[in-house]
Amino acid sequence: MSSNNESVKKTVTVALVLCLVCSVVVSAAAVVLRPVQAVNEKANMQMNILAAAGMYDPTQSIQSQFQQVTSRLVDLETGAFIADLDAEAFDQRRAAKDPEFARVLSSAEDIASIKRQSRIAKVYLVETEGQIDKIILPIHGYGLWSTLYGFMALEGDGNTVAGLGFYEHAETPGLGGEVDNPNWKSQWPGKQVYDADGVAIRLVKGGADRSDAYGVDALSGATLTSRGVDNLLKFWLSDSGFKPFLDNVKQGRI
Amino acid sequence: MAKTKELLFDPVVNNNPIALQVLGICSALAVTSSMAVALVMSLAVIVVTAFSSMFVAMIRSQIPSSIRIIVQMTIIASLVIVVDQILKAYAYEISKQLSVFVGLIITNCIVMGRAEAFAMKNGAVDSFIDGIGNGLGYGAILMIVGFIRELFGSGSVFGIEILSKVTEGGWYYTNGLMLLPPSAFFIIGFLIWGVRAWKTAQVEKDEFKIAPNTKLKEA
Repeated sequence: MSSNNESVKKTVTVALVLCLVCSVVVSAAAVVLRPVQAVNEKANMQMNILAAAGMYDPTQSIQSQFQQVTSRLVDLETGAFIADLDAEAFDQRRAAKDPEFARVLSSAEDIASIKRQSRIAKVYLVETEGQIDKIILPIHGYGLWSTLYGFMALEGDGNTVAGLGFYEHAETPGLGGEVDNPNWKSQWPGKQVYDADGVAIRLVKGGADRSDAYGVDALSGATLTSRGVDNLLKFWLSDSGFKPFLDNVKQGRI
Repeated sequence: MAKTKELLFDPVVNNNPIALQVLGICSALAVTSSMAVALVMSLAVIVVTAFSSMFVAMIRSQIPSSIRIIVQMTIIASLVIVVDQILKAYAYEISKQLSVFVGLIITNCIVMGRAEAFAMKNGAVDSFIDGIGNGLGYGAILMIVGFIRELFGSGSVFGIEILSKVTEGGWYYTNGLMLLPPSAFFIIGFLIWGVRAWKTAQVEKDEFKIAPNTKLKEA
């Protein structure tokens, strides 16, 4: 506690040494733990994909379950697969910000309020004996407070819903946050996406009729989140979204 | 030994950082909607408070007083980043739920308060124990608030269902307010009331006395 602690030299020395020591500790922690974190993030995403398709089994390792899933890149305009890009490394969320891959949506088209959309989408397929069994599509759009990111899984016919799940959102817990409620999500499997006039799947305020093949209950107390989910489904299943790809699947061109 | 015990357990009831000092309220509102998250947050704060106090105490005789707050902040911030990285690596699910609040331990007044008020004047071992004690005091309140909020807001404790919810075919209508941060204000308020009714020494003195009513004299 001597008074020479207060000299300029001492102050600068203490500050420098402290900063050096702390920065070494922080960077060491970040570098050493980075591989473990990357594995966690990947496993988390794979779990979301499996969960959306209703295939997730918590008793088994995610990696072994994910082996039956292949990721493919789709050109949204033509609906054809793209072979000359690495699907594993492609990041659709980053691509939506990259002028090379993204397009700006006009306000009339942009019902999901996402502003920019990647021209290429990363879809996941589950195939059994060369036949497409499940198609898992990445979807996102604006709810009440936040952009909801999720996956919609369709059966191999490209029209029957196999499941829906959101993995990232910041809607009100207990109201819009109920998009995570297993009971609500359990209504989706078996619903039909398209009727003769186009996208027919929708959220019905006040509760959908059980026999309605296209309707799912809206979330009570969360009109704007429900509207957001409805809009983002309509967007991603329309011509701007995955419709060209799904048409190709239906007609057996893929 | 008596001193160790006092350092460790005094902050839990007699000198609780939330109930008496009313510090660290922000994170207590944000991370108490479920008990598992509150527990991890408490552990993180205990670790950060203990080690930051220890490191500050170790170098306290070298710290120039003109930059002491910055020095404490740098130590606290480094520890918080390390804790955050470890959580992301080994408790990924929980770290997702805690999101920014682990980072916000840096600004938690309890950590800073102990570094400045205790660690700058005491030895490394005592400061370490004092840090654990104050972390425990913070954690105790978090767990109580978390228990009440999770039980009445989601009908469960540590994710295990206690009250069967109407949405899942049971009888309990969940209280939506309990899931929102403002409910923690009420709960902490009632807790402080309860603690001060029990330990009357904690009741603060009035800052001023209200003068008796003066009677107007007839003109």
